[in-house]
Amino acid sequence: MNGSTIIFYLLAALTLVCGVLSVTTRMIFRAAIYLIFSLIGIAGIYLWLDYQFIAAVQVVVYVGGIVVLIIFSIFLTQQAGELLPKQANTRKIFSFLAVFCGFALTMLQVFRYDFPLMEKAGQGPDVMEIGKQMLSVEKGGYALPFEVISILLLAAMIGCIVIAIRHKPQPVIKETSK
Amino acid sequence: MFISTALFFIGVLGFFTRRNLVTMLMSIELILNSVNINFIAFNKYLWPGKIDAVFFALFIIAIAAAEAAVAIAIIINLYRSHQSIDVEQAAEMKY
Repeated sequence: MNGSTIIFYLLAALTLVCGVLSVTTRMIFRAAIYLIFSLIGIAGIYLWLDYQFIAAVQVVVYVGGIVVLIIFSIFLTQQAGELLPKQANTRKIFSFLAVFCGFALTMLQVFRYDFPLMEKAGQGPDVMEIGKQMLSVEKGGYALPFEVISILLLAAMIGCIVIAIRHKPQPVIKETSK
Repeated sequence: MFISTALFFIGVLGFFTRRNLVTMLMSIELILNSVNINFIAFNKYLWPGKIDAVFFALFIIAIAAAEAAVAIAIIINLYRSHQSIDVEQAAEMKY
């Protein structure tokens, strides 16, 4: 066991522990904070795998964007410091059972199938390669999905504005101070 | 592989047990992230030299961002009309 492996296990433990805490804690704000740490752990795993670009995107989009959005919505919709209501015990037990069975089944399949492991793991790609292939229109290029994603983001943005727009309130007669 | 699977099922557990829309959204983020880890790990160890999984991971991240934005717009709208974001109390559309 060398240093790199130890770092990997540390990152994995950080990610998993924070993930578990994030779905089990009863204070919603803490759940968001644990989610941040879990996402940072995942970014660390990407770095460990030599995929710097994905790690950077992960930090920027998730930690910088989505979690901030989630925290905003928590502040808008929740009284601060309020505990979430306790769940019914039967629901807890049954969901735990279902999750455990699914997990066991998946892990069984994963262990049964031996992956043809490459001895020399691939080098992480550099950003130039990513950019070139993403915008190439030749075979193996990803120009079309890129454009589709762009349209999707635009549609999501417009959709958000349309959904969240406040309808015109009833005209309020203002008391004019005399 | 192991952490990816475990994270996926943590997300599923959260999705099942939580009854609050914001926390369900967080669980969905965890699930998508676990899939991303899987893509990257497979790309590194089983398909070295190619970078296709990077694009899938990037697209998943982009879609997750769009989905989170739309979901939060819906949540805020629902809160305005119901004063609550509990899924049990938003059952009018069922009937």
